[in-house]
Amino acid sequence: MSAAIEAPERAIWLAAARDLRLGFRSRAELIQALVFLVLVVSLFPLAIGPESAILKRVAAGVVWVAALLSVLLTLPRLFSADHADGTLEQLVLSPYPLPLIAAGKILAHWLMAGLPLSVIAPLLGLQFGLAGEELVVLTVSLMLGTPILSMIGAIGAALTLGVRGGSILMALLVLPLYIPVLIFGAGAVEQVMASIDYSANLSLLGAGLLFGALASPFAVATALRISLD
Amino acid sequence: MTVPAVASAHRLSVAGLSFSRGRRKLFTDLSWQLDAGEALILRGANGSGKTSLLRVLSGLTAADSGEVKWNDRSWAPLSSAQRATMLYLGHVNAIKDELSAAENLAEALAFDGLQIDAAMQRDALRRVGLADRLDLQARRLSQGQKRRIGLARLALSSKPLWLLDEPTNALDSEGVEIFVELVGKHLEQGGLACIATHLPLVLAGKVRELALGETSA
Amino acid sequence: MNLYKYAAPATFYPLAASLWPWFAGIAAVLAMAGLYMGFFVAPTDFQQGEVYRVIFIHVPAAWMGMFIYLVMAGYGVMALAFNTRLSAMMMQALAPTGAMFTALALWTGALWGKPTWGTYWVWDARMTSTLILLFLYIGFMALNNAIEDRRRADKASALLAIVGSINIPIIYFSVKWWNTLHQGMSVSPTSESKMASIMLWAMLTMTLACWMYSIAVALVRVRAIIAEREAGADWLQGSKL
Repeated sequence: MSAAIEAPERAIWLAAARDLRLGFRSRAELIQALVFLVLVVSLFPLAIGPESAILKRVAAGVVWVAALLSVLLTLPRLFSADHADGTLEQLVLSPYPLPLIAAGKILAHWLMAGLPLSVIAPLLGLQFGLAGEELVVLTVSLMLGTPILSMIGAIGAALTLGVRGGSILMALLVLPLYIPVLIFGAGAVEQVMASIDYSANLSLLGAGLLFGALASPFAVATALRISLD
Repeated sequence: MTVPAVASAHRLSVAGLSFSRGRRKLFTDLSWQLDAGEALILRGANGSGKTSLLRVLSGLTAADSGEVKWNDRSWAPLSSAQRATMLYLGHVNAIKDELSAAENLAEALAFDGLQIDAAMQRDALRRVGLADRLDLQARRLSQGQKRRIGLARLALSSKPLWLLDEPTNALDSEGVEIFVELVGKHLEQGGLACIATHLPLVLAGKVRELALGETSA
Repeated sequence: MNLYKYAAPATFYPLAASLWPWFAGIAAVLAMAGLYMGFFVAPTDFQQGEVYRVIFIHVPAAWMGMFIYLVMAGYGVMALAFNTRLSAMMMQALAPTGAMFTALALWTGALWGKPTWGTYWVWDARMTSTLILLFLYIGFMALNNAIEDRRRADKASALLAIVGSINIPIIYFSVKWWNTLHQGMSVSPTSESKMASIMLWAMLTMTLACWMYSIAVALVRVRAIIAEREAGADWLQGSKL
């Protein structure tokens, strides 16, 4: 009988390190997602006009919706390559607990999608006339919110693995579930702009983050097992 | 430097195993037993259920009815005991094109929960004939060479049960020889193996064959 | 086990056949009673006139839309925890009815909104969360349809229903929150406090009617699903129904 796995929590780091390494071997994709974000955000002034008062009014919403779409575009990367080349089966069969492996993959996804996006968001905010505390709140709201997007998205990506029309279907499943994050995230920025206390929104995002961190790895693990059945 | 010996006297058995895909019954009421040091070769035409049976044995797929037992204890699909006991090599190689041969092996072993030092890993890769390909990106390896990385994983494995899906596919005769030797050693140490293949395969030791596909309705 | 016996499609198939006409009959009687109360007994609203009478369909439909999703999630838990095929089939049978009620709630809401608010659509908290609920139904049905392997489709959609149902209160709460943040757009559609008790009774009767209707339709649909999936099974050949 092989020995039981010592230190199962190592799975988080193993999975995260593996995905980060693979991600950096194909960095072009990471950069493309950021370019996509900037591009989408730049479309808005072209569509609604350069008037700074209006742009400032919609800034939080625009950056947040663009962030949502950008994360959505990167979701297939989470599992579909692993699924196609057989590594996903190996991860599911690994003696390490699958929820921890899933947590590691979600963490890596956030580090490669949500984090860089949050870091460049202030630049986009500047383009829309946000300043000072508004930019800080925008960044903080994205830092707190984008991990939740990765968590919910991972469930959708796992459920639609190998299904025909998978990426559209995934968007259909995931976007409605993203709405609370969008509301609290963009809401925080709107509140700081209106000089209202925004801490409640950020606290709610934080609570969502904690709940998601506890619950989503199990949901993703279940979804992966279902999809490989 | 020796691979830890597999503890003896293991037994894999299935009882009343049935499985269907859609309306097609792939196998019905399958019962057999495999003892330590024995290999079972699954034979049958394409689509006869060889891969499905391996996946049921691995826990990836749930059977419609019946049980898979290890040492007479029923295995809940994908239980931690089951995952710790077996090594499954699917018909796709589970090789990342972006990583080198050595990195691929290291990742696979890490997720197997094995901590084996790098020198030993590289040695295993050399023994399966990848001496001059160790640090080459896997995208530049042939199918057979990718398959050989899997062989290196087998060589370093200490799991008592091997479930192998078409392991000799794309291997040249030298590769097949290495594989036969690896399985022989595994059986000698009291390991068990279930091998699905449509290719001729001559193994040393106690080998049984199971033909699938005759029960299809 | 008695319960397990009824959970077997082979037992449930004839049972559903004998049950559904009863539920359909009760639904018809209740609907007639409810509509009569709503349209002929209940007084005209002093503010909104006759238009308000759409609530006798609108509110039950909105309630059923939400309730059916939760029932689906309940079946989803059973499907995943006990691996019962019938509960997965019930989920699949209920989804179109839930989506229909949700869509009906949106449609009647728009019809009601035009004369009362002067516009078909306002981004009111309830309307918005009902719209999101409709998306959840569509997602559920799309996933269920897209996966070819029935066993995988059942489990995947069960998990989706559970995840969705955890999100329903969060979505509802967040949309309400969002609505208070953007004051001025929200119009409270019902003035419940002033509602005459006959109106409440009419609404409850209609809700019950919708409920019975949902059960009847789900039973008919689950029979079709069983027949489709078990085609070729021995017990179905012998069945005369």
